[in-house]
Order: sequence, then structure tokens, then C-alpha cells
Amino acid sequence: MSLNASELKVGDSREVVVVDDLSRTQIVMYAGASGDYNPLHTDDKFTQEVAKYPSVFAHGMLSMGMTGRVLTDWVGDGRLTKYGVRFTKQVFPGATLTTTATVEAIRNEGGVNYADFMVVTKDQDGDAVITGTATARLD
Amino acid sequence: MAIDKFPVEATHIMMFARAIGDTNPIYSDAEYAKGTEVGAVIAPPTFVQASAQFDDQYPLRPMPGKPWFGSGKEATGLRKDPKGDGGGSGGGNGGGLHAEQHYEYHRPLRAGEVLTATNLALKTWEKEGRRGGKLLFSETTTEYRTVAGELVVTARGVGVRTEKVVESK
Repeated sequence: MSLNASELKVGDSREVVVVDDLSRTQIVMYAGASGDYNPLHTDDKFTQEVAKYPSVFAHGMLSMGMTGRVLTDWVGDGRLTKYGVRFTKQVFPGATLTTTATVEAIRNEGGVNYADFMVVTKDQDGDAVITGTATARLD
Repeated sequence: MAIDKFPVEATHIMMFARAIGDTNPIYSDAEYAKGTEVGAVIAPPTFVQASAQFDDQYPLRPMPGKPWFGSGKEATGLRKDPKGDGGGSGGGNGGGLHAEQHYEYHRPLRAGEVLTATNLALKTWEKEGRRGGKLLFSETTTEYRTVAGELVVTARGVGVRTEKVVESK
């Protein structure tokens, strides 16, 4: 599954709900898989009483991982050459996140076709939690 | 952080893909993967973050016999600072937050490979926070290479923490 440059044009866009009602358990799964056991993500007692946040919140990297799926489902496996984001808002349990990826440019560099994407993931309030860019190699 | 040996294992990839809700069989089904362009189970784009599992000194993993700053009987596992500002020592409030993360993929990362992770020079800078107090940024670039030295992934992370406001006397 790979993408040909002729199948894409600037402005093409995909919107995907990457998580609906984010559970604390999914955050625990991410902690276990990634190895980031910061109690801010799994330990409400610590997070509320010591760190003074309203509750545990998701690892930024969980949101980045969920967002990345929209790109890899589109461009194909092993085709990303770059993927980078800024984390702009915390994501709390119960969040519903929607990712929009948009083609910004299609170019040829050294005989290889690439597409540049802009990516944004918004929460249920319409606020961006992640903004970023990615580049994929095309056929 | 320097990691001498980061074995990229199929089961770890499967668990990581589950955690991010990605059901693509390229992350779990070796038979399926054989028939694809990449030819094997590969790691999702953010997987190298899980190299923390292989960092002996990783501060965000509880270690047997060592104090942990999450809750047990008390909201913080660390002894209160005897000077009495209520905060724990060391890791304190959980450390900083993740501000940015960037990856460059030099080629797909496949299950069964063994990588090393090396941190290049750390950059730090400060900014005035909107609500007073300084924001302290730190940027780390990590190179993930095969044991033979081939660069597979370059990762650049930016963290931010707030400097505790010191009251003037």
C-alpha cells in the first residue's frame, strides 16, 4: 500500500476521529508500552494533590501516536520521512480528538517524489492539542 | 540518556500499536507483513520513544528499593522537604511537560533490529512565562542507530518546565 504522486494534489485533506472518549485505561496502556510511567498520566491522587492539575492527562506522545495513524493510513507503511509536532493543549480523560491532515506541497527532489502535510488534532472544544508537519515519500 | 541496546521486538511493537489504537496489521502480523513493500513488521512512527524501557537510569520508571514520587500511602512517595514548602524533592511535581517532538526517518524500523540511542548536545533556553516566572526549555536530539552504525531515526524533543518563583525578601 503506497501512494503515487499523481493520486494526490495540494489541498487534499483527511479528517479522522482518532479517539472518542479517551479512557484512563488507554493512558495506562500507553504508559506501559512506552515506559513513561510519570504519575501525571496515571496517578490521580498525585496529580491532583501534589501537581495540582484537575486530573491525570494523556502523554503528549499518545496524542502524537494517534495522530500519526492518520498519516500512515494515508501514505502507506514505512513512507514517512519526517513527522514533527508541537503540543499545544493538555488532553484529559474523556477527550474526543479529531485529526485533520492536509497536503501542503508535492515536490520532486533528486528524482524522488515527496508530499508535505500539515496536521492538526483538535479536541471536543475545537482547540488544537497538536499542530505539526510531516513529509512522505511517494511513488 | 544513552542506551547501549534497544531491541526492537515484535511483541513490544504490538503492545505499542494497541496503546495508540492503531490496528494496522503491519504492526502485528508477520505473515501479512511479508507480502508488503516493507516486507516485515515495522515500528509505528513514534515507537522509538519506547526506548525508555531500555534506559537503566530512566527517571520516570519506578525502580525496586528506590523512592518513587507518585502516590502510595501519601499523595507523594517522596519525603517532604524538611524546610517545609510542601513539595517533594527531586522530581517534585512530575517534572516538565513535553512541548515539541520531531522525527526524521532515514528508513523503516523493523522488528528484530537492535538499536543504540545516543544523545547529542543538549540545548537550553529561557522565556518569560505569561503568568510570571520563567519557562525553562530544553532540547535533546537523539540518534537511533543500528549496532553497525547505520542511522535509522533522528529524534528531537523539546521539554518545558516552569521555574519555581523565588519570593524576594
